[in-house]
Amino acid sequence: MTRLFEYAPAPESRSIVDVAPSYGLFVDGEFVDGSGAPFKTINPATEEVLSEVATGTAEDVDRAVRAARRAFTRLWGPMRPADRGKYLFRIARLLQERAREFAVLESLDNGKPIRESRDVDVPLAAAHFLYHAGWADKLDWAGLGPGPKPLGVAGQVIPWNFPLLMLAWKVAPALATGNTVVLKPAETTPLTALLFAEVCRQADLPPGVVNIVTGAGDTGRAVVGHADVDKVAFTGSTEVGRSIARAVAGTRKKLTLELGGKAANIVFDDAPIDQAVEGIVQGIFFNQGHVCCAGSRLLVQENVHDEVIASLQRRIGTLRLGDPLDKNTDIGAINSHLQLERIRQLADIGEAEGANRWQPACDLPERGFWFPPTVFTDVSPAHRIARDEVFGPVLSVLTFRTPDEAVAKANNTTYGLSAGIWTEKGSRILAIADRLRAGVVWANCFNEFDPTSPFGGYKQSGYGREGGRHGLAAYLKGATE
Amino acid sequence: MTHALDPDAPAAEIPPRREPLAPYRDVTRSDAAFRAYLHGLPGVDQVGAEARTAVLGTRSIKTTAKAWAIDTAIAMVDLTTLEGADTPGKVRSLAAKARRPDPTDPSCPPVAAVCVYGDLAGVAEAALAGTGISVAAVATAFPSGRASRAVKLADVRDAVANGADEIDMVIDRGAFLAGRYLDVYDEIVAVKEACGDAHLKVILETGELVTLDNVRRASWLAMLAGGDFIKTSTGKISPAATLPVCLVMLEAVRDFRAATGRQVGVKPAGGIRTTKDAIRHLVLVNEVAGPDWLSPDRFRLGASSLLGDLLLQRQKLRTGHYSGPDHVSVD
Repeated sequence: MTRLFEYAPAPESRSIVDVAPSYGLFVDGEFVDGSGAPFKTINPATEEVLSEVATGTAEDVDRAVRAARRAFTRLWGPMRPADRGKYLFRIARLLQERAREFAVLESLDNGKPIRESRDVDVPLAAAHFLYHAGWADKLDWAGLGPGPKPLGVAGQVIPWNFPLLMLAWKVAPALATGNTVVLKPAETTPLTALLFAEVCRQADLPPGVVNIVTGAGDTGRAVVGHADVDKVAFTGSTEVGRSIARAVAGTRKKLTLELGGKAANIVFDDAPIDQAVEGIVQGIFFNQGHVCCAGSRLLVQENVHDEVIASLQRRIGTLRLGDPLDKNTDIGAINSHLQLERIRQLADIGEAEGANRWQPACDLPERGFWFPPTVFTDVSPAHRIARDEVFGPVLSVLTFRTPDEAVAKANNTTYGLSAGIWTEKGSRILAIADRLRAGVVWANCFNEFDPTSPFGGYKQSGYGREGGRHGLAAYLKGATE
Repeated sequence: MTHALDPDAPAAEIPPRREPLAPYRDVTRSDAAFRAYLHGLPGVDQVGAEARTAVLGTRSIKTTAKAWAIDTAIAMVDLTTLEGADTPGKVRSLAAKARRPDPTDPSCPPVAAVCVYGDLAGVAEAALAGTGISVAAVATAFPSGRASRAVKLADVRDAVANGADEIDMVIDRGAFLAGRYLDVYDEIVAVKEACGDAHLKVILETGELVTLDNVRRASWLAMLAGGDFIKTSTGKISPAATLPVCLVMLEAVRDFRAATGRQVGVKPAGGIRTTKDAIRHLVLVNEVAGPDWLSPDRFRLGASSLLGDLLLQRQKLRTGHYSGPDHVSVD
């Protein structure tokens, strides 16, 4: 008998989900054709075409905004808040009932491992609807001023890294506070948003309350730039975020931006090393590193550097890269060829600038977009891989000697979305967290999300908060956080 | 100190302390040094340890991998009976099951060992002669360990004399929790000497140590003292083997080998009842300590009822359908 424990393939069946050969836009409760040239969405793990999706033009977006305005004025805005809550509860329950379908579709379209879509994305999306459903009739008591009123129509543009979850982060608070929505999913991952449209119909959500307009950058610009949109919410790159801020400047529109990050994950010498190593892995390799709050800069105290890196490399050697639908896969596919090129380019620059690249022995599938988990050591704070957001499975390791140096290096970034602290000393956690300029600070964990906790950034990571009581303020008139 | 059971018990004066392996020679030089060393081991974050085992618990082991895992698990079982009511007849019937766990299928591997109280080790030895299956005996005033050292050592010598190849000792949890780490260390060293050629498994009784920090410290203590295996539990205290405890012990043996070159085995015992539980443990071994530990020399499962479920699942894989509990023998 061989001594090797080879896990046999354990693929989740894709027969649970029907992917239609083509999809239209979801406007005013109906699926309608788009006026633009349709585009293809592919499975990044195989490059197989999954479906053809409509492109919404400015006219389509206008139709969607008008439908949203109608629904807001006539129905959703004036509706008894408890009844709005009922719809949200119903949507949450449907998401839970159809969880496997959503998880498989998300993994197919995005490339993320089914373990994550099944255990993180979909349950969290449902949790966001449940959480906000509870708020719908309690807004008077949210501490955001007396009788808070909805803004009107929200134009929302979401990224491809957590397609359904980002939809939930945007749609749930908007609906709970009485707004209606025109949402544009990312062009590489539109399918779960379209399945969500089906759920809206199944939940008998009144037409026009949620509208989904697919397309690329032009469609997004049309949503953001539409004159009758009261509120713009965007999650994505800092570059696009800047152009949105410019487009919205001088208008009456309220704006929240959740942009990039280059989070420091700080490991002190008194950390629980084995769990810290898990946290480093979770911080940078979760969702192939396609996470705006990824712990992409490891700051490790110099006196435990070698020990931590040896332990980390051994751990990375056990990560299983491959078929996203296999239940034992830890690392899935890079979402697009474009993103893969960007990751490759930045990794090459890292090497050229003198950092040490380490990758485990790892067979990459022949088709599809793949990048092995990568660790750069000997990284200087001046290197581009220590400053630019890679948005891929690439970790830069820097060292520090004292807590002051750790804080200085952690804050030395143009971003400020998240950070991690690893130490067994509680007082140190509080003291350091206090000095970190980051919207979320995790202590002895990383990439943990909960709808009750506000999420958002400092500096070029954006402004406004999503989730928690604070997140409601972004969708209410005159609300102060 | 009573010498009633063994007139040849060691004299009251303490022999020179046996030093641990390099690079840890000096950590036992004083109580303070040993305490400082054990408390200087990296802490264990309980939430993180539980999260890690939860993720590994979702590994989906199917078809050929499942068949391999079931056979490996069977070959790792220490088939155990530790009851006051144990008789030679009961031990012989257990030995028969150990040799041929599934009488209908000669391809089914035998288990690793039969684990009994020391006075019945002779019965087990006779019943297992020539099979390669080891006789393991619990000793040192199992399960509480509350007896004088002379009595514990006499217990060990008695079990070895009766034919035990492996001794499962319990540590003095009272001394450990009181912070008298060197006492615990000295006792393990003394038991190891009393074992002679017999392998020594050191039971930490993690259900009484409670914290994972304690589990890590006790694991290192037992390895430094010369234990061949570290074992979670007696099976008499709840909780017995849990995945986070096993995770911490596997990390300890992995790190100990990296530091000293000596490979220590791990034995979770108690509470592992189903094939699913057993496979979760094997996944843990595979991904935490590494494949080097996936052998009965390095990993054991202490269990009594587990074997029945492993056999049922094995039959299911072979025949494609589940049979009832009457299709495996009652011990």
